[in-house]
Amino acid sequence: MAETTGTAGTEFVFSPEQQDLRRAVRQFCDERVDEPTVRRLMESDAGYDPALWARLGGELGVLGLAVPEELGGAGGGLVDQAVVAEEFGAALVPGPVLGTVALAVPALVALGGDEVLPSLVEGTRTGALAVPDHGGRFDPALVSVTESGGALTGEATQVVDGAADVLLVAARAGRDLGFYVVQGGERRSLSTLDRTRRQATVRFSATPARLVASGADAERAITAALRVGGALLAAEQVGGAKRLLDLTVAYAGTRLQFGRPIGSFQAVKHRCADMLVLVEHARSTAYHAAWALQDGTDDPDLAVSIAQATCSEAYQRVAADTVQLHGGIGFTWEHSAHLYLKRAVTDAALLGSAAAHRERIAELVLDTAVASGTLVVATG
Amino acid sequence: MDDSARVEKAAQQVVETHDPRSVSTREFLGACFDAGLAWVHFPEGLGGLGVSRGLQAKADAILQGAGAPNPFFLNPIGHGMAAPTVLEHGSPELARELLRPLATTEHIWCQLFSEPGAGSDLAGLATSAVLDGDDWVVNGQKVWTSLAHRARYGLLLARSDPDQPKHRGLTYFVLDMRAPGVETRPLRQITGQAEFNEVYLNDARIPDTHRLGAVGNGWRVAMTTLMNERSAIGGSSSVRGAGAIADAVQLWAQRPDRRTPVLRDKLAALWTRAEAQRLTDERARRSASTGSPGPEGSIAKLVSAELNQDVYEFCMELLGPEATLYGDYSLRDIQRHEDYRGPVQQRFLRSRANTIEGGTSEVLRNILGERILGLPGDLRADAGKAWKEIPRG
Repeated sequence: MAETTGTAGTEFVFSPEQQDLRRAVRQFCDERVDEPTVRRLMESDAGYDPALWARLGGELGVLGLAVPEELGGAGGGLVDQAVVAEEFGAALVPGPVLGTVALAVPALVALGGDEVLPSLVEGTRTGALAVPDHGGRFDPALVSVTESGGALTGEATQVVDGAADVLLVAARAGRDLGFYVVQGGERRSLSTLDRTRRQATVRFSATPARLVASGADAERAITAALRVGGALLAAEQVGGAKRLLDLTVAYAGTRLQFGRPIGSFQAVKHRCADMLVLVEHARSTAYHAAWALQDGTDDPDLAVSIAQATCSEAYQRVAADTVQLHGGIGFTWEHSAHLYLKRAVTDAALLGSAAAHRERIAELVLDTAVASGTLVVATG
Repeated sequence: MDDSARVEKAAQQVVETHDPRSVSTREFLGACFDAGLAWVHFPEGLGGLGVSRGLQAKADAILQGAGAPNPFFLNPIGHGMAAPTVLEHGSPELARELLRPLATTEHIWCQLFSEPGAGSDLAGLATSAVLDGDDWVVNGQKVWTSLAHRARYGLLLARSDPDQPKHRGLTYFVLDMRAPGVETRPLRQITGQAEFNEVYLNDARIPDTHRLGAVGNGWRVAMTTLMNERSAIGGSSSVRGAGAIADAVQLWAQRPDRRTPVLRDKLAALWTRAEAQRLTDERARRSASTGSPGPEGSIAKLVSAELNQDVYEFCMELLGPEATLYGDYSLRDIQRHEDYRGPVQQRFLRSRANTIEGGTSEVLRNILGERILGLPGDLRADAGKAWKEIPRG
């Protein structure tokens, strides 16, 4: 059990540059990714606008902030990328945020770079991670795709952003584990609960693949990607939950029933207060995870599991309460609440549920706990 | 010499001339007061050096490093709440009379605010204060008064004008707890112990020189006291897994016979919530120190109170039938901090007060909703009315 305080001197203090970054991304989203745009894109075949995506990578340059400069990135830290993930989550930016920014890019960074990495960072190509996880942890036993003669065969199910240009695929090469870059494969788009976050099943049949790592190196890169993905997903959850809290508070302050704003009723006000607590806890744990991974100040698995267990519950609860506190209008297609509810449910289920991360926390903290002294129990 | 060096030098001199391990507590704390180290931000001659409050930590580190007693633990209400209130609202003569014996712990202080009829609605309190010559005559009943039985002085909030709306008719006094007409009785709580007291005031007389602030201005003075209560409570950085959750993990570790997978998940959820709040406290400290406090600092009391209760409920569930046993219900007068050292079952019972004391969770949620989120206030039955017209009961 980690007994350290687990927070460094600068943790939770955003630099002026990070505050500028947040403002710039928020302004871009307000202007270019407003709700009508989100709705138009979620009804489209691709589910996102490649030109808009390329602007995020090129003009704004926010898709590879934690990528070292020599690998084609901005040379910043994970906290920078988390700030962007939070703002993307608040706006529900459609596109391969999770597949490319949170998973494929960190995987390639963990490998020390790759020829496709710069194009993913620039937004001219998209990427996704086709790796089976169990509760957010890589499980080599679940790998069913096989490699033979430089080509892959098999199926990867429910690949987030699986329509991407470039797939990073875990496959078995004999008894070894291999990690491959693949551009082909037959992609079958799935109809998803959250139409702003797409998935596909990918079928490989002797599909050409380029080996980028094998054995322990492959496993390390995949594990690193899932950790970073968990931290960035948590930041996205914070962004969505905070946006919903603001939306709900604004509505409760103006919606009149019985001749008064519904927010003046304690039943409504207290639920809003509980939403505030959830959002604040989510923010603390998500940014702790980002800082811990960036600076190595805490057990990375524990920090990410704390964030995921907290943020998954918080975002879902806040989204459900948003629907409830909006009453009938909150249940309509035209209101934005359902867009966030569906994202909240999806985020909670991906990269390990809250329960799966509590399981991890229990392994790390409770199963290793040893009695120190005695807590007195009265015996009558 | 800059302020920091002044504080450091003063503290080192006190430690050199008054070894806290050999002189009495009173003598040592008196030396600290005379050196301006009781509250460094207070004026010189009144226990301070007139320097920034932030330098107190520097002084305390040197003093306590040499084995000095912590005056806040010995006289919590006096040191943390009464002193700043007396300084800000009392006359200079009164401050000179009261602060030194307060600082040395010769005089323990208590706070006489809550009443049986005025808990969350403190401003509705009914204890009356009527001017009679140079004295005020006070009648009423106060409750939840810790340390009243040991206190020499009490911070008293009383109603001096029932014809005014409730916030405007209050006046603030320093009450001599040994004055005739002041009677203190222990208040037995559900643990069987008596951490608190009731104080009955029957024609107790207070000289007008012991009034703090103007007549009718008591509410504003009380805010000084309560704001210092909050800053006295929220302070030090915490360690992962410390606090009430440590009890649950300890019990989990010492009782493998009682473990089940369901309880394990419950405990993991509690641990995670405790950690989320600890990180939020850290974040609040950082934002306060950079001068941009946000909403993160406002949720601590609400969360920790409910978390404490959930933790001890978990402990009781883990214990199974043993949870139904108890130790000693005999009436005992205890110090607050000792309470938490009792058996698990007693800690469980004590935790029921956490969501009531220092602001009920219901009131705290109103505050979060209205002051932090900006939601509209509730309709009020007492707005603008003279206090005596407000229904009570």
